[in-house]
Amino acid sequence: MRAIDFQKGRTPIFNSILLAFLILAPAVLPAFYIYIFSVIFVTAILAMSLNLVVGHGGLYQFHHGVFYGIGAYTLALILTKTDLPPWVGFIAGPVCAALAGWLIGLFCVRLSRLYFGMLQISLGSLIWAVTFRWYALTGGDDGIHGIELPGILSGITRSYYVILIVLSVCLIALYRIYKSPFGITLRAIRDNPERCAAVGINVRRHQLLAIVIATFFAGVAGVFFVVVERSVFPDLMFWVLSLEIMIMCLLGGWFTFSGPILGAAIMVSLRTFAGVYTEYWTLILGVILILLIFFLPEGVMGFIALKLKRRELLLEAKKDI
Amino acid sequence: MEASQVAFLSAIGNHFLVGISRAMILFVVSAGLSFILGVLRVPNLAHGSLYMIGAFVAHGLTTFFGGGSIGFWFALLLSPLVVALISLVAERALFCHLYEREHLMLLLFTFALMLILGDLVKIFWGADYRSVTAPKLLQGSVTVFSSPIPKYNLFLLGMGPVIAVALYLFSNKTRIGKIARAAAADREMVSAIGINVSWVFAFAFILGCSLAGLGGALVSPTVSVTLGMDHDIIIETFLIVTIGGLGNMWGAMVGSLIFGLTQSFGVLFLPQFAIVFPYIAVVIVLIWKPRGMLKAVW
Repeated sequence: MRAIDFQKGRTPIFNSILLAFLILAPAVLPAFYIYIFSVIFVTAILAMSLNLVVGHGGLYQFHHGVFYGIGAYTLALILTKTDLPPWVGFIAGPVCAALAGWLIGLFCVRLSRLYFGMLQISLGSLIWAVTFRWYALTGGDDGIHGIELPGILSGITRSYYVILIVLSVCLIALYRIYKSPFGITLRAIRDNPERCAAVGINVRRHQLLAIVIATFFAGVAGVFFVVVERSVFPDLMFWVLSLEIMIMCLLGGWFTFSGPILGAAIMVSLRTFAGVYTEYWTLILGVILILLIFFLPEGVMGFIALKLKRRELLLEAKKDI
Repeated sequence: MEASQVAFLSAIGNHFLVGISRAMILFVVSAGLSFILGVLRVPNLAHGSLYMIGAFVAHGLTTFFGGGSIGFWFALLLSPLVVALISLVAERALFCHLYEREHLMLLLFTFALMLILGDLVKIFWGADYRSVTAPKLLQGSVTVFSSPIPKYNLFLLGMGPVIAVALYLFSNKTRIGKIARAAAADREMVSAIGINVSWVFAFAFILGCSLAGLGGALVSPTVSVTLGMDHDIIIETFLIVTIGGLGNMWGAMVGSLIFGLTQSFGVLFLPQFAIVFPYIAVVIVLIWKPRGMLKAVW
């Protein structure tokens, strides 16, 4: 498969160094960078969850942002409007997102390709429009701000560590899913749905399950978005955000495991640091994207993976001689 | 009849006309999108940006000619041409290399173009709100169903069918229109009989885009011309094209009417959630007929 194998080569060493750096980061870096890292972690969970359905499932999940928003709004509403203990919200967020994913997916998987995407966009926009206008419940276009968090998540360093742990758990879980028989079947369905159906695989059930898993993780990302930003607003469910998540996957590489993380990191840093110098950072993003689509359609990680593979093959060929 | 009933009926008539005139704008823009989707199979997200540019150019031209009636008519004529020029450059420089890519790539590519065009508009025109005054002939309102309707909305009601018929005649009666439709069905065959498909595509793309420009110019007197117009219109037109049937011009008309009417009746019955109704209608149509109301080209 085209996914990068974590067990081989220098990757474990690189990962350990990266992890050590991230654990030590709050001690050495200013609070602003810790905040940016937290945003990147949350966005990375979101991008990876989308990659499960689009990159590995081959489905046109055009409106993934809605499930992110549902997760965030569920937690925000439980924290602000009810007396339930906070942990209920942290569980209800992803579960509600997964439920919405199941319900929307149920209608969408009957359709193929572009029609799948369009039905999802219309259902997602419906949820967005209701959120945007329901002032009494969701705060309408203002959203909800200044959400009080439980003690363990107050303070930027503590929430940073919690999100780092959550990201690691999500990464391990998604990696297991990719390597599981289910993940392999999903990729087989992406590459040849007719043949998979012919050998007795229930294509739609697998796709639906992939959507449910992905929307669950999107809900996790949404819940921790609230932890980082302490606010929710309807733009979380706007279709532009959904396309931005897709762009992260494209930047990093569709078919790789860690590509979306890199894509999320690039996107968040670009928005933050280019946004300081110019208000036209989307212009820069657009130009980068066009260059990428023309010259590097596999994404950055995909490109690296391709190079590594080529070198491996070359070495093997030399051994044979 | 009692007075309240009369008032209610006239309100319904009023919202019906306003809804249809709004639908005509949506139709002009989505017909262009549908044409491009049908012939080139490109889901062009930058279409909304071209609509926005059309509105900004219309404002610029109206002001340039002193804000009078002549200025507006010139703007209506020239903004589609300006947009056509922009799309010609975009097609020859970028699009024509990418037609063979898969839809997802094309979608993200046009999204990138949308981001770039949006920022360029911000650089050229800034983030202010602008308004265009309708020409004297179309100012004021007339009384229909015993309630006032702006004359400009009636003008839009007339323009929609005229453009629809013109497009129909173009794609069914002229040589280049027939070639474009043939290329939509089977591009290899068309190129095999010695027609330069690349330029047919360029022409189809430019025609579709200039309709976006025309839509932008037409809408400019009724809304405030500002950034963010592109985001609002593009998702609506995409859904219209899908519920009408991809690439089907009359489908775009049906979809626009559904969208415009549900929105304006939403304003009448439940103003707070007016923007929700069109999406409900779209969801119902897509669940009932996933491939659209009328026959899709592909």
